[in-house]
Amino acid sequence: MKFRSLILGALGVAVGITGIALSKAAYAAEQFIPMLVYRTGPYAPSGIPVANGFRDYYTLVNKRDGGINGVTVTFEECETKYDTKIGVECYEKLKGKGPTGASLFNPYSTGITYQLIPKASVDKVPILSMGYGRTSAADGRVFEWVFNFPMTYWSQASAFVKYVSRQEGGYDKLKGKNIVHVYHNSAYGKEANPTLVALAKRYGYKLTLLAVDHPGQEQKATWLQIRRLKPDWVFMSGWGVMNSVAIKEAAAINFPMDHFVGNWWSGTDADVIPAGQGSVGYKSTTFHSAGSGFPVHADIIKHVYGGDAAKAKENNIGEVLYNRGMVNAMFGIEAIRTAMGKYGNKSMTGEQVRWGLENLNVENARLQALGMKDFTRGVKVSCADHETGGSLRIQQWDGTKWKFVSQWLSPMRDIVRPMIEKDAAMFAKENKITPRSC
Amino acid sequence: MELLNILFVAPFVDITSSPVFFAEVVIGGLMTGVMYSLVALGFVLIFKASGVFNFAQGAMVLFAALTLVGLMERGVPIPLALAGTVLVMIALAMLIERMMLRHLVNQEGIILFMATIGLNFLLEGAGQIAWGSNVKVLDLGIPNQSFEVAGILLNQFDLFAAAIAAVMVTVLAVFFQKTTIGRALRAVADDHQAALSVGIPLKTIWVIVWSVAGIVALVAGIMWGAKSGVQFSLSLIALKALPVLILGGFTSVPGAIIGGLIIGVGEKIAEIYWGPAFGGAIEGWFAYMLALAFLMFRPQGLFGEKIIERV
Repeated sequence: MKFRSLILGALGVAVGITGIALSKAAYAAEQFIPMLVYRTGPYAPSGIPVANGFRDYYTLVNKRDGGINGVTVTFEECETKYDTKIGVECYEKLKGKGPTGASLFNPYSTGITYQLIPKASVDKVPILSMGYGRTSAADGRVFEWVFNFPMTYWSQASAFVKYVSRQEGGYDKLKGKNIVHVYHNSAYGKEANPTLVALAKRYGYKLTLLAVDHPGQEQKATWLQIRRLKPDWVFMSGWGVMNSVAIKEAAAINFPMDHFVGNWWSGTDADVIPAGQGSVGYKSTTFHSAGSGFPVHADIIKHVYGGDAAKAKENNIGEVLYNRGMVNAMFGIEAIRTAMGKYGNKSMTGEQVRWGLENLNVENARLQALGMKDFTRGVKVSCADHETGGSLRIQQWDGTKWKFVSQWLSPMRDIVRPMIEKDAAMFAKENKITPRSC
Repeated sequence: MELLNILFVAPFVDITSSPVFFAEVVIGGLMTGVMYSLVALGFVLIFKASGVFNFAQGAMVLFAALTLVGLMERGVPIPLALAGTVLVMIALAMLIERMMLRHLVNQEGIILFMATIGLNFLLEGAGQIAWGSNVKVLDLGIPNQSFEVAGILLNQFDLFAAAIAAVMVTVLAVFFQKTTIGRALRAVADDHQAALSVGIPLKTIWVIVWSVAGIVALVAGIMWGAKSGVQFSLSLIALKALPVLILGGFTSVPGAIIGGLIIGVGEKIAEIYWGPAFGGAIEGWFAYMLALAFLMFRPQGLFGEKIIERV
């Protein structure tokens, strides 16, 4: 009896140890990426396609490539409802998950990003706020843990003014023009204002700033003012329901839609479709293509949806914000791959991924290999410049699809970069940060 | 000095120098107010008939609109989809009575209010689970062209909404004042137990009033959904109805309309003429300020019943 118990006990211990060893081994081949998403709440129409784009790309990397250099990508969604408070809770919940903790965070909210910036350096988890968040985080000397390539809000605003100047026949033609910025009354919506103000002083256009309160369901007062001001151009920094309501209101006052340009968060299918024919001609900025005609989309349909294109369409494939999520996921994956190039093909820590982000260099050849040739532009990040020299294009809604109506427009870096450095220096002073030497 | 000018001089100079634009602002405000009133009516109905402040009214607007557009997306013709949604709202009212209200007869108002908070979350979640959270286009063929009359821009959709609101108020006023059920509804609102003691079937009355409120929510959902697409933010419209209720009174159908019009016009004038002084986007909180100012002089609202209790 004693012998039997002894054998059983030994077996139990052996099974336990083996189990732990096996699970460790399985764990060690995983790279955990947290996902802060909003599939419910007032901003769900914008959040769902973004989340689907991320999810599908991570799934594609596992199914098509067997993970990143053999390391399986694992991910977990946490619902933020686009609420900063809940977003921070999600961060705290997910930052320690996986064998080496969270690889990086994509907050998908400027408000959440602002809250996570001080936490990132303490927890040693990088933040990739691709095209949103705090603009001055582009100064990598101060914001070591935050990345916002390929472009910031300030750069975007300057590229918009450049586009207007080209439409009007030159920068000298901007003098006396009337430009209105309709913006979401939040940290996000206000980001473009300093650049637009600075450029108004430089080029002599008259700028009117019109804030719209959350969530933006009712905007009659805003558009009555626009009807009265009769601006030459309207630029919009909206999100969620605010976008579709604004487009509908613009159509209702017969504002020329080809002079109404949304930022890259105000130009997806869900923004224009509710307005029907009224939205034809509406424009927005973007830094990647719309549509699902690229090899990467074919791969997603094949590997993620088993060839079921209709199912993929139900999951927003090809919509602007779906593609945004996909591009964002791709840059994150490539940063992890870059880190593996230095540290080996195993689970990367947040610190290692940060190195990967800072040394990320995605060239056209790599984009072609990923099935994204001509879909977006590559990036080359550096220690000092976390924004990179990105550029944007203007797309226009023709009633059924988005099409490009401009070439790539680079921002006015000579104006924007000094503003970024000034703001970053102020942040460093306030927070007693000694800027890195790059 | 500049602040005084922005607050007390410039707005009035602006109004007098551009009277046509001011008229347009007022008309725009009236049209918006009508849309607020459509939501506020649902609150009034339930409060008037059962003494319950239904926190879930906004969620009912969302749920009704999601159900309608969900049916339409599945190929159901518009008239059948409308009828189907009305049936769903009636079924919902019966469920609410059986699962929630029946167990809370003669409880304090605050208990019933708390129950409706739970109902709010339930409906928001159930609606999104059943029909999804993506934005849905609701096109019932309501015209949306704009045209100018004496330099003032009018929108066909806004005028249509105003007509709908007028019809609804008339029907509801007749229903409450001239029908037996309407009188029974008012009796239940006054005192649950007293109403029961004189033979008024409390459970039936509650089903009727929640069904009517559900239908009103459907109308509000159609109008707001046609404007911005059917999406979660429809449930937040209730926040716009609250100042309307405070101002118009919780028990008055005409009060909901007049309150909506005052709030609509007030917030538009405030936003356009006084907004720049505060950095813009003041209409959200201004509506509540306006309602609170009214409360100081008429705590029961413009048309609410004055409650005097002996202690």
